[in-house]
Amino acid sequence: MDINTIVFWMLSVMAVSCALGVILSRNPVNSVLFLILTFIAVTGHYVMMNAQFLAIVNLIVYAGAIMVLFLFVLMLLNLNADVEPQKGQLVQLAGIISGGVLLLVILASIRTSQTVNMEKSRNSIGLIKDLGRVLFDKYVLPFEISSVLFLSAMIGAVVIGRKEHITEDSKVNQS
Amino acid sequence: MPPVNSTHYLFLSLLLFSIGIMGTLMRRNAIIIFMCIELMLNAVNLLMVAYSQLFHSADAQLFVFFIMVVAAAEVAVGLAVIVMMYRKVHSVDINILNRLKH
Repeated sequence: MDINTIVFWMLSVMAVSCALGVILSRNPVNSVLFLILTFIAVTGHYVMMNAQFLAIVNLIVYAGAIMVLFLFVLMLLNLNADVEPQKGQLVQLAGIISGGVLLLVILASIRTSQTVNMEKSRNSIGLIKDLGRVLFDKYVLPFEISSVLFLSAMIGAVVIGRKEHITEDSKVNQS
Repeated sequence: MPPVNSTHYLFLSLLLFSIGIMGTLMRRNAIIIFMCIELMLNAVNLLMVAYSQLFHSADAQLFVFFIMVVAAAEVAVGLAVIVMMYRKVHSVDINILNRLKH
């Protein structure tokens, strides 16, 4: 048993247990923190697979930016365990059963899939030099289109999130 | 314990995806459901990176990069929608949003 296998199992246990923590914890802030831990475990997997660029992007964009956005909104809305809406026991059980059935179905279909040892396939395509060459050569149009997507998302977020115009109703309230 | 192979990554990613599905079905808080969707996206990303290493192809890693781009844009708009919803109904409970049913 070499060091790679040990690290793989440690990161896997961390990812799965923290993912369970996300859906089981009552306090939404705890859920966000568990999700950050899950993302850190996934980042560890990327490092193990020598995908260094994606590892650092995952850490900065997902665990850094997106999760801080979630935490920020949770704290802005002042949500905690007391106001957390809970589904009935029956609906929760139905959710667990349907998720478990999906797990079983896909497990049965991939049971006979070909196994390839990851050690033999160690290579350097995850480095930023090779990825950048492919990105700006083959995928340059999707790259540019994604910048338009970002611009439209930014405008959309501002338009949706801004304060609405003062209506007659709120004028009465203010005065 | 056997050395790590591709099936291990397949099972791990499947497990994370199923946990995301269960969370989406179980919870009523709109933000938690959103986070479970992020969890599912990450499970798929993990599998794509593992298979890009196996097949020596950089394309899958670039697809992961584009998935992250779209997820970031989606989170910005989605959280704005949730904040607007909270301003209107003072709750993030998705069961309040059933007016189409009545």
